[in-house]
Amino acid sequence: MPIPAHLTPDDIAGFGREIEAIRNEVMDSRGERDARYIYRLIKVQRSMALGARLVIYASLALLPQWGHAAAGWQFFWPVIALGTLMLGCAKILENMEIGHNISHAQWDWLRDPAIQSGSWEWDHVCPSDQWKHSHNVKHHTWTNVFGKDADVGGYGLLRLFSNQRWKPFNLGNPVYAVLLALLFEWGIAIQELELGKVVSGRMKWSSIRPMWRKTRAKMGRQILKDYILFPLLAGPFFLYVCGANAVANVLRNLWTYLIIFCGHFPMDVHVFTKDEVENETRQHWYVRQLLGSCNIGGGKLFHIMSGNLSHQIEHHLFPDMPSNRYPEVAPRVRELCARYKLPYNSGSLTRQFGTTVLRILRMTFPGYSPLLDGPPPRRVKAAL
Amino acid sequence: MTPIRTALAGLADMFAYPLRHSHYLELVNPLWTQHVLKARVVHVSDETADTRTLTLRPGRGWRSHRAGQFVRVGVPIDGKRHTRTYSISSAPARDDGCITVTIKTVDGGRVSQHLARHVKVGQYLPLGEPQGEFVMPESMPVHPLFITGGSGITPVMSMLRSTVLEYDVIPDTVHMHYAPHAQDVIFGAELTALQAGQKYYQLHKYYTRANAQAASVHFSAEQLERACPDWREREVWACGPAAMLDAVEAHWAQAGLSRQLHTERFHARVAPLPAAGVKEGRVWFAASAVQAQSDGTTCLLQVAEDAGLNPAHGCRMGICHGCNTTLVSGCVRDSRTGALISEAGDTVQVCVCTAVGDVELAL
Repeated sequence: MPIPAHLTPDDIAGFGREIEAIRNEVMDSRGERDARYIYRLIKVQRSMALGARLVIYASLALLPQWGHAAAGWQFFWPVIALGTLMLGCAKILENMEIGHNISHAQWDWLRDPAIQSGSWEWDHVCPSDQWKHSHNVKHHTWTNVFGKDADVGGYGLLRLFSNQRWKPFNLGNPVYAVLLALLFEWGIAIQELELGKVVSGRMKWSSIRPMWRKTRAKMGRQILKDYILFPLLAGPFFLYVCGANAVANVLRNLWTYLIIFCGHFPMDVHVFTKDEVENETRQHWYVRQLLGSCNIGGGKLFHIMSGNLSHQIEHHLFPDMPSNRYPEVAPRVRELCARYKLPYNSGSLTRQFGTTVLRILRMTFPGYSPLLDGPPPRRVKAAL
Repeated sequence: MTPIRTALAGLADMFAYPLRHSHYLELVNPLWTQHVLKARVVHVSDETADTRTLTLRPGRGWRSHRAGQFVRVGVPIDGKRHTRTYSISSAPARDDGCITVTIKTVDGGRVSQHLARHVKVGQYLPLGEPQGEFVMPESMPVHPLFITGGSGITPVMSMLRSTVLEYDVIPDTVHMHYAPHAQDVIFGAELTALQAGQKYYQLHKYYTRANAQAASVHFSAEQLERACPDWREREVWACGPAAMLDAVEAHWAQAGLSRQLHTERFHARVAPLPAAGVKEGRVWFAASAVQAQSDGTTCLLQVAEDAGLNPAHGCRMGICHGCNTTLVSGCVRDSRTGALISEAGDTVQVCVCTAVGDVELAL
């Protein structure tokens, strides 16, 4: 769906001005309260990560072979599950509310060298530098533009929108989607390598080799930590710890996949072609960010656990605003949208993820879906 | 650290990756960290009406300073970290491992006022390494002449305290100190006690504004002749306001004795805001060693590209922070908000910032 036709150039400029006024007001009011928030969050996350590892080791003392009164599977499983869940949550917090947002330069203004966008490395197999390029530059600048934003193109794997040309390969859509969800961090790590272009011969392997070396090094260190070093500490119980760490990583993968897919793929989200965004102004860009993003409703804990990406619209309008401010900005953006008669795509997790799943299933098969993507444009032009 | 400890720390870091093990030690005690240096404020005490001494306990990784050196002290104000440089006023040999910095509030100086008035015992402040060449030779007897003005006493106080701690007796020393009024003398009581207890230490105090009617008293050749007739034979350490140092430097230069003079100056790291209407200016890209001209309206990324540079960048609209660089000196304007960025060390998004007058960027 293109930019709504009812907006005059004056409307677009006015909308952009008001968005910028909100941004300036909030950015000027950043202060002690925000600093306390991020420092406390980092403390909680690190304590949780440390605690999770300890609970996992503690669970090993409850294995039935020890023969003491509290030994037994019925005691072991809940404790190791708790440790695993804690580790998963710690990784989610690190990747989303901390790592993702620091990498967006949301906390650079604190001038604390320990949490600068330029130097933060996250607990993820994708090196921060590479991720910042594919995410901050490509995805945020070209949000939902086919051929520019890899996310909207289904990471080169999925067919997600009606105006992507259907290929027999897309019959595997649901299977790929599940695999991608389970291995999401690995998918993100190799996304920037653009292996598809190498396979199809449009790019030489040698041109991505330097990048691959860095990715491989990061992957190696992550594997070493979670699947070799920590399990080795458990000695003969290597496999239990290895398994717990793997499950924690997968939990994080599933959760981040869920939140991120709900950010740009639910029903009624707008997508754009390169032609539509050619020569766009900053004001146009704001309108496009709004139309291409979707919010998820939820409580305070849910917003923190989603890295405030449940406020995807606000995040795309203000990517370098401290995320703890999105909840207070959201009602103002929503009010602005009502005034300019612009859609504000917000819904429950069920609605947003439900329609995303529906999309994955529907796009397995050829054809245009007016339900998901609105009335077909008069001149259907295949974008891909 | 011993090789074994280094190896263990390296191994622990592999477990903590992508952080370091010291990030987890920080949870227990911020002074145990090694990835950053912090200091705990253990005591605050007033020296004069506008001067306060902070006693700091530096964390692991602090290496002892030499008397006369300075240190960078950071302090968050409304969340944002500001860093200023202060001479250490304590002796390195102090037995509790703490250091002191003595801070005089500067009129309109937000950071010094915050440090002197709002920092509380128990707070942790980021700390730099001790730096500076304003020190006495370690293995050579010297008969110094100290010339200090106002808070310029602080590095010299460290030297005096250090000498007393190490040798009990201060060798033949002349000290000329300038302050507006008697009550403004920082460490006044301690200096008076030294004067009484140390027979080779001669202190001359000058109150520059004590007599409201007369012209103010400043450093002069006559004063020097009277206080220290053998000044030509002495090694001199001078620290104080710029005008005082200018006069001292001129005097020793005239005598052809500049070699014997050591001075310490502190410049504010904040660039003075250029006069309204200043537009054009030179832009110096430090890492590339390229100079360019700016008209004050073209974004700095464009200025760099026009000068033949190819800096890293992404969105060209201020959202991705791919073009971030550091301000070395001067002033830039964020064209989105009109806000001025003028503190050295600040981050500059070159794709949305324009130069205001002359600017140096780390790029």
